[in-house]
Amino acid sequence: MADSMFVSILSAAVSSGTPVLYAALGELVCERSGVLNLGVEGMMLVGAVSGFLTAVRTGSLAAGVLAALVAGGLMGLIHAFMTITLRVNQVVSGLALTLFGTGLSGYLGKSMIGVPLAVTFNQTPIPGLSGIPVIGTVLFKHDLLVYLTYIVVPFLWFYLYRTRPGLHLRSVGESPETADALGVNVFSIRYASVTAGGMLAGLGGAYLSLAYAPSWLENMTAGRGWIAVALVIFAVWDPFRAMLGAYLFGGIDALGFRIQVLGAKIPSFFLKMMPYVFTIAVLIIVTATASRRSSRAPEALGLPYERE
Amino acid sequence: MDTLRLVLEKREAASPFYRFLSPLLAIVMALVLGAVFLAASGFSPLKVYYYMWWGAFSDWYGISETLVTSIPIMLCALGVALAAKMLLWNVGAEGQFHMGAFAAAWVALSMPSAPAWQVLPLMVLAGMAAGAVWALLPAVPRAYLGVNEIITTLLLNYVAIYWVEYLVHGPWRDPVSLNFPLSAPFSSAARLPSLFGTRIHLGLVFALVAAGLIRLVLGRSKWGYEVTVIGENPRAARYAGMNIERNIVLTMCLAGALAGLGGMAEVSAIAGRMTRQLSPGYGYSAIIVAWLGKLDPWAVALVSVLFGGLLVGGYSAQVIGVSAASVNMLQGLMLFCVLATEALGRYRVRVVHAVRASGEEAGIDG
Repeated sequence: MADSMFVSILSAAVSSGTPVLYAALGELVCERSGVLNLGVEGMMLVGAVSGFLTAVRTGSLAAGVLAALVAGGLMGLIHAFMTITLRVNQVVSGLALTLFGTGLSGYLGKSMIGVPLAVTFNQTPIPGLSGIPVIGTVLFKHDLLVYLTYIVVPFLWFYLYRTRPGLHLRSVGESPETADALGVNVFSIRYASVTAGGMLAGLGGAYLSLAYAPSWLENMTAGRGWIAVALVIFAVWDPFRAMLGAYLFGGIDALGFRIQVLGAKIPSFFLKMMPYVFTIAVLIIVTATASRRSSRAPEALGLPYERE
Repeated sequence: MDTLRLVLEKREAASPFYRFLSPLLAIVMALVLGAVFLAASGFSPLKVYYYMWWGAFSDWYGISETLVTSIPIMLCALGVALAAKMLLWNVGAEGQFHMGAFAAAWVALSMPSAPAWQVLPLMVLAGMAAGAVWALLPAVPRAYLGVNEIITTLLLNYVAIYWVEYLVHGPWRDPVSLNFPLSAPFSSAARLPSLFGTRIHLGLVFALVAAGLIRLVLGRSKWGYEVTVIGENPRAARYAGMNIERNIVLTMCLAGALAGLGGMAEVSAIAGRMTRQLSPGYGYSAIIVAWLGKLDPWAVALVSVLFGGLLVGGYSAQVIGVSAASVNMLQGLMLFCVLATEALGRYRVRVVHAVRASGEEAGIDG
C-alpha cells in the first residue's frame, strides 16, 4: 500500500513537472543563445489560453497544440525584436512580456472561464513498457504530450552538444563576436532560439490547459514560468538536468496535493507555498555552490550584441 | 553599422528633450496598439478610451478615485525605482505590499480599543518592518551569494499571498462575515484619516514625503552618492571602498519598507479589514511606473497618478463590457513602448546630430 502510494506520487510528479519542463527547455535554448527571457510566465499563459480557445472552437487537440506553439512563438518573437533588433534591456523586456502576456491571456480567455473542453489529452499507456513494475506506471502511463518530452529532451541535448548548428547556437551565447567573425549569423540564430523558446513555453502552457487541468483559469500557470527560469539555473543549462529538476518540482507539487487528500492537519495554503519556497531554497543552494562547479552560465547571457 | 557607437555616446549628451518627450510618445504608442486589440475584439477604441477618460478624470469624484488608486502604486514604485538605481530588480513589491498589510492588520486586530495615536504609528512601523523583512529574505542571498533576486523576489509574492489567504480563510476569519474570507473590521482608531472629505487618505502624504526624501537623500547625502556610483559602476565603487553588500541589503529593505507602507495604507484607509482583494497587481504596475518615470522620484509620483487613472478608467470601461484584463494588457504594452522609444531615441539623436550638429551644441551650452 505504501509502495503504490509512492508510485502514484512519482507518477504525479512526472505529469506535474511536464509543463515546467517544456518551459524550462524553451528558456534553456533561449539562454544558450545568449538571450535572457523573463517572459516565460506570459508566454505560457498566452500558449495556454490560445490552445484552449482553439481546442474548444475546433474540437481538435492537434489544432489547440498548434495554436499554442504559434502563439508562444509570436510572443517570443516580440522579445526577439525588442532585445536583438532594438537591443533594449533584456530583463525589462522580459518583465514587459510577462505583464503583457498575463493581461492578454486574461483578455482573450474571459469568455472561456468555466467552459468545459470536449476533448482532452487522455492517458495512453504505452503497450509493453507500461507493464514494467514501478517504472511503467511512473513513466509510461501518461498522455502523448508527456511522451513527447522523452523525445525532445534527448534530441535537444544531442542538438546542442553533438551537431554543428547546436555548436553555433552555443557559441553565439558564449562569444557572439567570435561566432560572428567565423561567419555564424548571430542575429538569425538568436531570433530562431528566442522564438523556439517561446513555442516550447506555449506548449508548456497548453499542457496545463489541455491535459493537466483541462480548463482555462486566469493566471493558471501560477508562477510556473518563473520556476522554469529558476530551473534553468539549477540545470546548469543542461536539458537532462532540467528534466530532473522539473520532476523534482513536480514531486513537491504532487506531495503537497497528496498530503491534503490524506487529510493532514496542515492548512492547504502552506502546502501550496511549498513549490515556491523549495525553488527559492534550491536556487540559493545551487548559486552558493556554483563556483565549485565547472559549468556556468553562457558567457554572453543578457548582453545585447552589436557589430563593431 | 560602425556609426552605432557614436549614437550611444551622443544620446547621453544631446537628448534631454527626447528623454522628456519619449514617455509621452510611449503612452500614445501603447494606446494606439491597445486600440488595435480592442478593435479586433469588436469594441470601438475611441468609445472605450472615452469611457476610461471620463471615469478617471472628468469630475472630482473620478480624480479623487484616481489619486486614491495611485497611492499604493506610488509607494511600491518608489521602492522599485530606488532598488533599480542600484541595478537591483525588485519584482517583489506585490508580496512586500501584502506582508505590510498583514503586519498592520495584525496590530489593528490585536489592539481593538487602543486610541489612534497609539495604534496608527504602530501600524505604520509594523507595515514598513514587515515589507522590509520580506525584501531582506532575497536581499541577503543576493548580496552575499549572488542569488538572482528577480526570481526570488517574484516567487516570494506567491508565498505572501498564500499567507494572507491562509489568515483570512483560517484564524482571522470573522465569524459574522457569512463565510467570506474577511477578517473582523478594524476599530475606527485604526483607520488612516482621509483628506478633503474624499477617500483620498494620509497615504498620499506618506508617498509624496517619501518621494521628496528619496530625491533629497539620493541627491545630497553620502549614502545617496554611494547608491548612484554602485548603480553606475560597481567596480569603481568597490575600488573606492564602498560596501556594496551592505548597500544592497539596505536599499532592498528600504524598497520593501515603502511597499509595506503601501500595504498598510491600503488596508487601514481603504479596506478597513484584512482581505485577499487588497491589490489588483499594484506591485506589478509599480515596475512599469518606475521605468516610465525613469527612476526619478517625482516623475514616478506623476506616472503613478496616470496609472491610477488607467485603473479607475478600466473600471468604468467594464460598464461597456471591456474586461479588467485589458488594462493589464495596456500596461504591458506601455512598458514595451517605453523600451522601444528609448531605443529609437538612440537612432533619432544620430540623425539630428548629422544635420544640425552646431545647433544642438549651442542648445546645450545655453
